[in-house]
Amino acid sequence: MPAVSQSSLADLKPGVQGLIERLDLPEPDARRLMELGFLPGSHVQLSRRSPFGDPSVFRIDDAEIALRRETAVHILLRSES
Amino acid sequence: MSATASRPLSPPSASELQHRRVVALVGPPNSGKSTLFNRLTGMRQKVANYPGVTVEKRHGVARLRAGREIEVIDLPGVYSLSPRSEDEQITHDVLKGKVEGVPKPDAVLLILDATNLSRHLTMAAPIISLGLPTLVALNMADDLARRGGSIDVNALSQRIGAPTALISAKTGEGLQPVEEFLDGKLGAPPPVQLPVLQDVPACHAWATDARTRAGYRPPAPPHWTRRLDGIFLHPVWGPLIFLLVVVAVFQTIFTAAVPLMDGVEALISTSGEWLKAALPDTWFRALLIEGVWGGVGSVIVFLPQILLLFVFIGILEDSGYLARAALIADRTMAKVGLQGKSFIPLLSAYACAVPAILATRTIENKRDRMATILIAPFMTCSARLPVYTLIIAAFIPEQPVLGPFLGSRAAMMLALYALGFLAAVATARLLKSSILESVRTPFMLELPPYRMPTLRSLGLRLLDRSKVFLRRAGTVIMATTIALWALASIPLVNGEPPPIEESLAGTIGRTIEPLVAPLGFDWKIGIGLITSLAAREVIVGTLGTIYGMEADEGSVALQEALRQDLDLGGAVALLVFFAFAMQCMSTVAVVRRETGGWKWPVIQFSYMTALAYVAGLAANLIFS
Repeated sequence: MPAVSQSSLADLKPGVQGLIERLDLPEPDARRLMELGFLPGSHVQLSRRSPFGDPSVFRIDDAEIALRRETAVHILLRSES
Repeated sequence: MSATASRPLSPPSASELQHRRVVALVGPPNSGKSTLFNRLTGMRQKVANYPGVTVEKRHGVARLRAGREIEVIDLPGVYSLSPRSEDEQITHDVLKGKVEGVPKPDAVLLILDATNLSRHLTMAAPIISLGLPTLVALNMADDLARRGGSIDVNALSQRIGAPTALISAKTGEGLQPVEEFLDGKLGAPPPVQLPVLQDVPACHAWATDARTRAGYRPPAPPHWTRRLDGIFLHPVWGPLIFLLVVVAVFQTIFTAAVPLMDGVEALISTSGEWLKAALPDTWFRALLIEGVWGGVGSVIVFLPQILLLFVFIGILEDSGYLARAALIADRTMAKVGLQGKSFIPLLSAYACAVPAILATRTIENKRDRMATILIAPFMTCSARLPVYTLIIAAFIPEQPVLGPFLGSRAAMMLALYALGFLAAVATARLLKSSILESVRTPFMLELPPYRMPTLRSLGLRLLDRSKVFLRRAGTVIMATTIALWALASIPLVNGEPPPIEESLAGTIGRTIEPLVAPLGFDWKIGIGLITSLAAREVIVGTLGTIYGMEADEGSVALQEALRQDLDLGGAVALLVFFAFAMQCMSTVAVVRRETGGWKWPVIQFSYMTALAYVAGLAANLIFS
């Protein structure tokens, strides 16, 4: 684990692209997310937040997928892309 | 468009000649699988459940142009075959021929969304590796072309080692190879080396490579969808439109449905009168008219409302708005431990719990789905309204509560709605913090592009749901009403049915009187509670029979009679009892069907009845 807190999907600003480094989640959840396209090495973008702020909609592989913040914080991004 | 036949066709095997060819339809959610299934099988389809689980089993027969019939199995929409959820387990087991009563498929038709191939093609690896003849159908060809995307299907077919076709299930274009495949007459390219299936990144890389070599040009982003989402998910407009949609649905099912329901009611009573006139006066006529017509009729009356509700759900789902509604509702639903996808079923439950429970199928998380099923009957369904109307009219004097805006009767009605809602919320919290606590599976919701709903798909959906509903009315409800009619008609006195208090039902009513007396009820209400087990509103007719008068909820004579037997405490207790109790055989039956056994309906029925009893007791103590 890095000493400094690593940025995650939850830190993305609208329109900024991030590069997924790893999924800090138990195997079945990580697999399911990967099947939806959240794979290490994939580019992801925050499309918009839902009206009440959570969940957020992410654009990955041209699809739009909504995740709650509680899940997004476990999808870690490469610090410099 | 079809793939090249580079492998010779094998002659049909002995087993192929014996049984009807079976083809399984597999694909991720939102790939247009159901549209293709409907197009191939039309009205020749059957819906049931797989034994022991909540997963829906859809079978249909595709009639090919040559006249040959192929059995098509529509499997649940899944992203992979790793058996984790019930859906994936069933899909996996059916494809391996491990499900009893379901023949092992002879071939697999994999449907992928051609506009979403970057993700969907990954699924081809596990399916092809099953070793069954597989056609990869890239659906939504019309969308792909319109948005400027393209792919070389022949090249893709060679790369993945399976025949590939570009089709549009919606318009019907490109279905020739699908027909040939169903017929077993489509050749296949030589097989290729497939990646290790457990390795998702490897499968993804394999799919990316195949896609790139097939010159896949992804379509331009769906601009319309992005623009519409800018409105529907706008911080201000989003929730407003959401609210407007909810109110519109409510208004329609409660006002627009009324003339239709009146029509059905008139039809039932006219045909009942006609039958009464046409048949000789025997016990059989009484059974037919009072038991079957009266009982089943009281349930069929709700058909227009239920169908209207399903038109709405169908439009919302097919257009893609349902996913946005779930997204908006998620934050609020999360507070009671549920999620956004539970919202629409719970809204539907205000009309009737039966379609609501059927609508929970869109919730993939089984525990969330179960919790939604268990709390749905608390929502104030329309069958409670006649009961509420009668009791409130009889016991609550009309006086202003909020000036001219809200009278005491309307306030009481609102309070009952709130009571049901609060019971649902409290139960959801209870369930989600105990037996149905989720192993926190992440909430993942794909937002499909907006699409125009087609009449065809809406029509088939309605047909399907009415079949389910009518089958229920024709079996469970009919059996219950006949049983209740019989209880009220025996033992015969001088060859005539006895007065109700001397009938078997009356005896039962008097036997349970000590049980219901603490709630302020006498044996007459006791009988009403028993007969209303079939359906809540039946109590109105029963009380009419007991007091020997023509009864509907507006009857002044009935209100008068009730005031003789109930005090205010008993009346409030009765209202509260009906708010909480699961007095509805259709709901019990549909829960049994949807949860795959008696366990959940028994738990639910016991819980709701216990809650109703305790709350009724408390109400009687407070208001007496």
